[in-house]
Amino acid sequence: MQKITRDVLVSKAVSLLENGTVNAVLGWGKGEFVYDVTPTMFETADEIRENFVWNDFCGANFSKYLVSKTKKIEGKILVFLKPCDTYSFNQLLTEHRFDREKVYVVGVPCEGMADISKVKALAGEGIANIDFTDAGLVVTNFYDETKTIAYADVMAERCVNCKSKKHVAFDELLGETGEVISSARFDEVAKIEAMTPDERFAFWQGELSRCIRCNACRDVCPACTCEKCVFDNPNSGAENKAPATTFEEQMFHIIRAFHVAGRCTDCGECSRVCPQNIPLHLLNRKFIRDIDNFYGEYQAGAEVGSRAPLVDYTLDDLEAADVFERREEE
Amino acid sequence: MNTREETLIPVVGVITDVRIDTPDVKTFRVVTPDGKKAFEHKPGQCAMLSIPGVGEAMFSITSSPTNTEFMEFSIKKCGCVTDWLHQAEVGQQLTIRGPYGRPFPVDTEFRGKDLLFIAGGIGLAPLRSVINYCRHYRDEYGKIDIVYGSRSMDDLVDYKEIVEEWTKDTNVDVHLTIDREQEGWNGHVGFVPNYVKELGFDTNKTAIICGPPIMIKFTLQAMVELGFNKEQVYTTMELRMKCGVGKCGRCNIGSKYVCKDGPVFRCDELDELPDEY
Amino acid sequence: MRKCSLAVLDNLFAAIAKNATLYIPASDNAGGAKFTKWEEGTQYLDTLNTVKSPKDFFFPHTEDLMEFKVTGKNIELFDIREESEDFVVFGVRACDVKSFDILDRVFLVDPVDSYYASRREHGVIISLACTRPAETCFCTTFGIDASSPMGDISAWKTEDELFLQANTEKGEAILKSVEALTEDCTDEKVEEQKDRIRKIMGKLPLANLTTENFGGGKTKELFDSEKWAELSEACLGCGTCTFVCPTCQCYDIKDFNTGKGVIRYRCWDSCMFSEFTRMAHGNSRLTQLERFRQRFMHKLVYYPENNDGLFSCVGCGRCLAKCPISMNIVKVMKSLGGEK
Repeated sequence: MQKITRDVLVSKAVSLLENGTVNAVLGWGKGEFVYDVTPTMFETADEIRENFVWNDFCGANFSKYLVSKTKKIEGKILVFLKPCDTYSFNQLLTEHRFDREKVYVVGVPCEGMADISKVKALAGEGIANIDFTDAGLVVTNFYDETKTIAYADVMAERCVNCKSKKHVAFDELLGETGEVISSARFDEVAKIEAMTPDERFAFWQGELSRCIRCNACRDVCPACTCEKCVFDNPNSGAENKAPATTFEEQMFHIIRAFHVAGRCTDCGECSRVCPQNIPLHLLNRKFIRDIDNFYGEYQAGAEVGSRAPLVDYTLDDLEAADVFERREEE
Repeated sequence: MNTREETLIPVVGVITDVRIDTPDVKTFRVVTPDGKKAFEHKPGQCAMLSIPGVGEAMFSITSSPTNTEFMEFSIKKCGCVTDWLHQAEVGQQLTIRGPYGRPFPVDTEFRGKDLLFIAGGIGLAPLRSVINYCRHYRDEYGKIDIVYGSRSMDDLVDYKEIVEEWTKDTNVDVHLTIDREQEGWNGHVGFVPNYVKELGFDTNKTAIICGPPIMIKFTLQAMVELGFNKEQVYTTMELRMKCGVGKCGRCNIGSKYVCKDGPVFRCDELDELPDEY
Repeated sequence: MRKCSLAVLDNLFAAIAKNATLYIPASDNAGGAKFTKWEEGTQYLDTLNTVKSPKDFFFPHTEDLMEFKVTGKNIELFDIREESEDFVVFGVRACDVKSFDILDRVFLVDPVDSYYASRREHGVIISLACTRPAETCFCTTFGIDASSPMGDISAWKTEDELFLQANTEKGEAILKSVEALTEDCTDEKVEEQKDRIRKIMGKLPLANLTTENFGGGKTKELFDSEKWAELSEACLGCGTCTFVCPTCQCYDIKDFNTGKGVIRYRCWDSCMFSEFTRMAHGNSRLTQLERFRQRFMHKLVYYPENNDGLFSCVGCGRCLAKCPISMNIVKVMKSLGGEK
């Protein structure tokens, strides 16, 4: 359950809108159910009072929207960012994707977001209502059943393995910011690394064979802000919508992982939106772990303007041969 | 089972002649490898040409159906498939399927009418098929006026045929224009829509317009100013297509599919469609 | 009507699989369900919706159409079509069964798509009545009865029994082939179940959704609505909705050079993609607003205009569950005046 309440966010948004600090508010908008919130640009106080949502299903990271929305809106946009979102925000600033002056960041603390598919797996289909209580999510359904589910049991993977409760960018904070957490986020990566090449290939083949090439992972990814994606460009030779062979869909994800390597903040949006539940974040985490191991610990987005190891040459850099040797040793 | 008819499966064709029309337009003559016409068509219909490995694209058939020996396609160099075609030589094979789309009503509404053809640039390509069809069955139609403009003299497609054949026909008037003054050009200078207004045609004619979207838009305005009804004006459209048979979804505008319900539309029919073309 | 005990479900599957490839909903090992080829030991998963709809059986995500061999200036063309083999799909919900009707009106109208037609002729659909609809279900809006699915055979599953009713000759033939495992029965229990499900459908949160404001002839009124800007504001332009949708049927045709020849294949495409309508001289749908509008106008206005008022949505709820930003046809309809 989120400690900070909706009312606090709403009154902050309304006051900043009414005192003219901002002209629009990027927040979570009400859906048909408790959990289907839509990223929404609010432009009036009434809309905010009526439709603004803040609950355990507000997982969407708004950082990437700023690239297009700052160009569209006159004046400043208020954006609510959770700690992990602020890393994407900084990374986008590092890459000069939008004008910082056009954004007013309100940092909101986050206790971890729930994954609706986990809720449904435990409570079944036909959800009538979800109450957020101290004891957990109280889910009632259309079959006259009520179930109380612990938050920990339905928390999204990226939140279970939360890397930081600290806001690395904000103009104003609601509540308090936290600390960087030493999480177990690389445990799954270690498990995959421990596999034999054949096992590893089989693992990824199993996962990636479900891919339907909807491009949701790319389209939501804050690191994917190319004006023209290589996969949309018929002249690239890599343009594709669906695999002509099973090998190609693996190429898509691997190429994408390479493209965002060193820039991926591990926000986890790719895995959140994947309709096929492919653990795409593991590919990115593998890169993050390798970069940490080879070049020293580096967190993309921790500070604006930081030189990522992959784009920064130093005399101490590991030589390719050393990397190869290390792999041999492993 | 390989006997079912499948509209997506083309036949092999071969380029037997390449004519350079303008710096970026070439006209390709295509027949089947045994030297026959690939299929029969009606004026205004299209065909899918492809180069395996490069892609497939829809082109209007430029030659008249009255030509019994081959088909011709006037193609402007502007994308993957067209770039490739432009470097192709005589003898190059390609694939062809069709014909697709609703043709111009040459045997119904156009019969007995005075016809006014207005084309801009490569927009002459789809009209050439109609013009030559009407010239072939000359007695079936009234007076023919052709207004054709391009950026420059060099950009006039089919210039040779226009000068050597069309202008010599009886009861056919050709009005050429180019956008800007040019050495060696004694004809009219100016944009097509303005030229149409200057020429000020009788409103009893049936008009057929084709060219870049902006030219069609302003010409249509000029026609309305001259007193034409939209029911008298036909045009032919171009949108991205993949299947050619109204299934792949690309050329959908409102409830119509350009490949199947068009490409020929009467301008009042276009008014019924959402403005998305 | 015939019935059998659920205890012999596996035997029933085995008997059907003897004559044709059988597909049943099974776990995709990632929390979802997918139609899976039945083999000894395949566990039936009592799921409401598979992640991907069964349109895949007739209109596969990707399929090879033909092959070319290019030598110098010469091209050889190979028609690689093969007649489909008989197959049976078990457990198709009422909404998905209806989607085949909607796809038929695209692929089976002149000129018939022979790739689709061949699969359709060889496929047998055993539908399954819903017993536990979800909050995202709204098939009733489109006149579909979740408790009485169509298909070659309609099936109803109770706590301990499976009821089967053949609707077509193909269905009769299957029932005949499994006669030894089933027995004649009355439809009493089925009727009870139907009553119960219909009552639940009426209680669901989307039960008040109506198509009254939509259909053929509404283009002018709806196309220029100011609501599209707001509705499409957060759209990512991905193809999730179109790819999980049982009725979306846009496709692309592409060539793939294998090094030994060129395969021309067809794959699903999405009107939500930015390059869907892009051509050399420009793009007729420049922004996501236009692409977004196209998808919903097609389902709610254009398709019905061409198909006697039939809407191109079956209310399966997949897009509600899967859209990354939770924008969907229900929100669009409600915003454009589709609520009773």
